[in-house]
Amino acid sequence: MALTMTAKRRLVTTALLAPASVWLFVFLVLPFIAMVIFSVGERGPAGGYQAAFTFAQYANLPARAAAYWNTLLLAPVGAFFCLVVAYPTAYYLAVKASPRHRLLLVSLVVVPFWTSLLVRTYAWMYILGSRGIPNLLDMIGIADVRLLNTPGAVLLGIVYGYLPLMIMPIYVSLEKLDRRLLEASADLGAKPVSTFFSVTLPLSLPGVMTGVALVTILLLGEYLIPQLLGGGKVFFIGNALVDLFLQSRNWPFGSAIAVTLVAIVVVVLMVAMRIAWRISGTRQVDLI
Amino acid sequence: MRALITSVYVFLYAPIALVVLFSFNAGRNASEFTGFSAQWYGKALANPFLVTALQNSLIIALVSATLAAVFGTMAALGLERLGARTRAIFDGLLAAAIVVPGVVIGIATLVALVAVFGAINPAIAALWPGDRPPQLGLGYGSIIAAHGLFTMALVTMIVKARIATLGRDIVEASADLYATPFTTFRDIVLPQILPSVLSGFLLAFTFSFDDFIVAFFVAGSKTTLPIYVFASIRRGVTPEVNAIATMVLVASLLLILISRLLMRDKTQKSPAGE
Repeated sequence: MALTMTAKRRLVTTALLAPASVWLFVFLVLPFIAMVIFSVGERGPAGGYQAAFTFAQYANLPARAAAYWNTLLLAPVGAFFCLVVAYPTAYYLAVKASPRHRLLLVSLVVVPFWTSLLVRTYAWMYILGSRGIPNLLDMIGIADVRLLNTPGAVLLGIVYGYLPLMIMPIYVSLEKLDRRLLEASADLGAKPVSTFFSVTLPLSLPGVMTGVALVTILLLGEYLIPQLLGGGKVFFIGNALVDLFLQSRNWPFGSAIAVTLVAIVVVVLMVAMRIAWRISGTRQVDLI
Repeated sequence: MRALITSVYVFLYAPIALVVLFSFNAGRNASEFTGFSAQWYGKALANPFLVTALQNSLIIALVSATLAAVFGTMAALGLERLGARTRAIFDGLLAAAIVVPGVVIGIATLVALVAVFGAINPAIAALWPGDRPPQLGLGYGSIIAAHGLFTMALVTMIVKARIATLGRDIVEASADLYATPFTTFRDIVLPQILPSVLSGFLLAFTFSFDDFIVAFFVAGSKTTLPIYVFASIRRGVTPEVNAIATMVLVASLLLILISRLLMRDKTQKSPAGE
């Protein structure tokens, strides 16, 4: 054999990583470069793209200010509402639930997340739509209630869609918590409330941080929920992108918006990781 | 506390239950249950567009999840053997594939493919001897590529997490007993990571099967099931849509159930599945 052990080892490593590298390069890195190139281009006469080098698309971004405003407001607010519902749920699952039922209860929380978001959002369209709750209210004499196509409906859809994703990391951080700390706190005379605020809550903050970051980041790119429950009135960046690419066919402008969306996601991610480092005191943070 | 938890579970499941219930409604009225009937299922399944969309979705999910499982597992095994710096670059790209919003993945893939096709198609036409040169276009391939990107990263993360919990000692023991690296892999490592590979495959399949936004951009003239459902929803809420929605739900529920059973075998401690 001409190959030495190290050469052979290196060959195997390369072979193992080759398909994934090619895939990541061809379908992630290259498309991203293409998108950046498109974003400094011009709109062709019949839509689509025409080669150019101009920052006109970026200068035009304020034209879609409403989409940015809605996204940057409703994504964190939605994540916050998720957190408000998720924390007590996670706390119950990790601390209060009987070990016998815990796994089943946790599974029941996770399962919806892996079913179609489209169908789950549709369910709320069904409930909030004119033949759902408003129809029932009409029967008892409260007429003309409109629930669908409001910011409230979008927020409800957000909480519904992303609650499982918020519960899980908080549950995991609470579950890892050493019970002896709670007992020690109680033995030292702390009331349950002060034990919660001085022991449990600080130790679960990394999980909270992970959940808030994950949900916020996914919400920044959300399309379906505002589309179906906001009915074109509550417009996110994702909705603007679909409009620009598939309806009005202004690809360069759409590309510029997509580039800014990635930039926003990166900034949010970096801020989240910075905060997470500060909370946990280590650089061992798994946000994903 | 109990009441709160109960209401969370009701909140999570009642809307879904309602859709399932009304998919069996005999009447067309969406707010009144007038009797039990499976007629909407019959109507839905007799619709050729729906059946085609379902077939497309199954093919795309099967191919992209298979590629993701194989390449993702290979990448997870390969990453173990890399130096810290190369590994960090790779990890960064994988994280990007997961974190970048689906809508951006869809757009970037669309833009890049259209640019590439725009360059290649005239060349093919010029070189083609016959009248009708084959033209590259969006379709199965572009959806599989875009789905595979995210799901491959997902599988890599899952399998990598599993490999990290493997005992080094058992691998070293195998080597000490003169097993070749391949034998060690086949007899020691593979059986231990197989459940996580299968679970990754099923999650990848579920993701691809349920994905709407990425496919919406790169599907071209192909229709996947979520695209079909989305289009029907926009035409109006009907019992037929409820029936289709229920079938989609049952399909992904089955997949996730199998996946969780596989995961539970080996990773008792992390019910998150993440």
